Amino acid sequence: MQDAPPLTIKSDSASDQRPSLEESTDPKAEFEAKRRRWKERVAKSRRRPGRELTTNLSNMETELLGCPDPNVESDEHIRRYNESLGMPAEYPYTRGVQANMYRGKLWTMRMFAGFGTPEDTNRRFKYLLEKGQTGLSTAFDMPTLMGYDADSEWAVGEVGKCGVSISSLQDMERLFEGIPLDQVSTSMTINSPGPILLALYCCVAEQQGVSLDKLRGTLQNDILKEYIAQKEYIFPPRPSVGLITDLIEFCTEHMPKWNTISVSGYHIREAGSTAVQELAFTLADGFAYVEACLERGMDIDRFAPRLSFFFNSHMDFFEEVAKFRAARRIWARRMKEKYGAKSPRSWTLKFHTQTAGCTLTAQQPENNIVRTALQALAAVLGGTQSLHTNSMDETLALPTEKSVKIALRTQQIIAHETGIPNTIDPLGGSYFVESLTDKMEAEAEKYFRKIDELGGVIPAIEQGYFQREIAAAALRFQQETERKERIIVGVNEYIEPDEEPIETLKITEEVEVRQRERVRALKMNRDNDKVRRALAELRRAAREGDNTFPRFIECCKVYATVQEQMDVLRDVFGEYQEVHAF
Amino acid sequence: MSSTQPSKDPSSRRIRVLVAKPGLDGHDRGIKIVAATLRDAGMEVIYAGLRQTPAMVVAAAVQEDVDAIGLSVLSGAHMVIFRETLDLLKSNHCEHILLFGGGIIPPEDVKALQDMGVGRLFLPGTSSDEYIRYLEEEIARRRIQFGRD
Repeated sequence: MQDAPPLTIKSDSASDQRPSLEESTDPKAEFEAKRRRWKERVAKSRRRPGRELTTNLSNMETELLGCPDPNVESDEHIRRYNESLGMPAEYPYTRGVQANMYRGKLWTMRMFAGFGTPEDTNRRFKYLLEKGQTGLSTAFDMPTLMGYDADSEWAVGEVGKCGVSISSLQDMERLFEGIPLDQVSTSMTINSPGPILLALYCCVAEQQGVSLDKLRGTLQNDILKEYIAQKEYIFPPRPSVGLITDLIEFCTEHMPKWNTISVSGYHIREAGSTAVQELAFTLADGFAYVEACLERGMDIDRFAPRLSFFFNSHMDFFEEVAKFRAARRIWARRMKEKYGAKSPRSWTLKFHTQTAGCTLTAQQPENNIVRTALQALAAVLGGTQSLHTNSMDETLALPTEKSVKIALRTQQIIAHETGIPNTIDPLGGSYFVESLTDKMEAEAEKYFRKIDELGGVIPAIEQGYFQREIAAAALRFQQETERKERIIVGVNEYIEPDEEPIETLKITEEVEVRQRERVRALKMNRDNDKVRRALAELRRAAREGDNTFPRFIECCKVYATVQEQMDVLRDVFGEYQEVHAF
Repeated sequence: MSSTQPSKDPSSRRIRVLVAKPGLDGHDRGIKIVAATLRDAGMEVIYAGLRQTPAMVVAAAVQEDVDAIGLSVLSGAHMVIFRETLDLLKSNHCEHILLFGGGIIPPEDVKALQDMGVGRLFLPGTSSDEYIRYLEEEIARRRIQFGRD
């Protein structure tokens, strides 16, 4: 995730972007003023360290931004450009959220990683940092994701298989051993128990002597998409949104560098939605969180800048680029015009991208390297702030060191060898891409209207609306594939009948035995009176509507486990029962 | 690929299949497609949903008097889950019920599970006619074998 402070220009306010009277009646004057402002911002922006040239391979200086020529284009053309595109780092942000984009700072290369014991993942974190990644991203195992400890009966067979096993502060300490939290940015992909994991991270920071206000990173913390797509929900929607709002409230006060939520479309897309659905449902979720915070009485310009997003980068190349651009524009417009946010930082949509796992094939897995590279390219052309590239073996298992290295190198090759980062939004102005961006925005608006008709995101979830849409889209794609209306190389065409299996990562049962023992020992060796008291206080706060987040920190500090805290909440809020349809 | 025909003998009972996701994983894209395509092929499908234990699955299968149970496991917990389900089918005298499934299962584990008595496992890249044809043939065979047709 974007981990630097926002660009400091002399004024951060909206008035900086309001055209003068003369500009607003004369599109070309307005355009020139915008361009001038943008160039001033660029001049004040940082540049990437190092000696890399911005000249191309003919030794010509690469243009930072391609724009229409007001001497040639009509007033109307320029007026439309000002309204729909504008300049980077200026409303409506279609072209990008920083003035000099990747010339100032490359997207964060943030590889999702986690498996086995905390020590195993600590090793993989260090390996990836050593190979040049620039941010950490943590994958947790299913028991942790679902709020169960390694010794729970629900954890049998699942410990450390899909991610790292974290049951307590002890595990978290091991996970970040030798990693100074004031020197890294860490993303944690976890939702229902998300606040507990952030609380654990805060406890480790405290042990390291790092104050909370220095912590940089992102917590996924997006429960609405769980009901819609990934199904890692635990409690019903309303109390779950309450937990999220608690965390946003706390972080707004105490952790100004932390992205409180990563409103996600990735999982919605993986479940089989179309690109337009991914765009619309994700933004709808984002607006629902904004409304929840506003209902809490929070000031939009204080919490909105730390809301972040997470999109999929899928196979239809230009559709993906258009999707990212449309997302920025839709968010900016609604935040400014519907929700009345005044700060440009509230209007800017920043996102992490992951290349599409669901497009990878078990057949001829090396081909996945190519798919991932193309999807990564779309994300970069779409202006992502952070990127994870999948490994070629991920249809079969978690990635080996070799395959994850190739995935990371893919990003590095795009960054350093293609010249693409030297120009902002290079596809901007393409007739095709602009038309597609407009269409995707219009289609998304239709979905927003439909969701409103149903009463909003939570009522739509309860009515199974999103789930039905997604299942229908998934079925349709499958049928198209089976009819060869969509060709997937190696799967329904260009098939190799006898393939040699490749080496994959194996997680042994040893991991489960070890983690289970650790939890059992911990429960015996800690101060159980303190644990009981802390859990009781958590229960009281949850019941009485006090902010749960500080209570999570207190529980974690005394080594209450993840499950112990989640069980308190299961008791207070109940468990959500989904009505399944197919 | 043309759509498959339901069972050729119009007088035989329709095939009944219970599909479920055991364990903690909730990724249900695949299993919903399996359920829909089996239904479209003329089978009766019960989707038991997420977070099922093997005990819940077998109990439901007995109650619904199904011909087959399909389990989707993407989480790596397949050895534990399939083994436990097979054991419960045996102890409930339900060996006539075909246990099949799919998900993310390494080839050596596929072999180990099939050696244990699990039916076919359908991995990424499978098309619907493969499992539809398999169920029709295998269930017809079992009905004769267990005298339940």
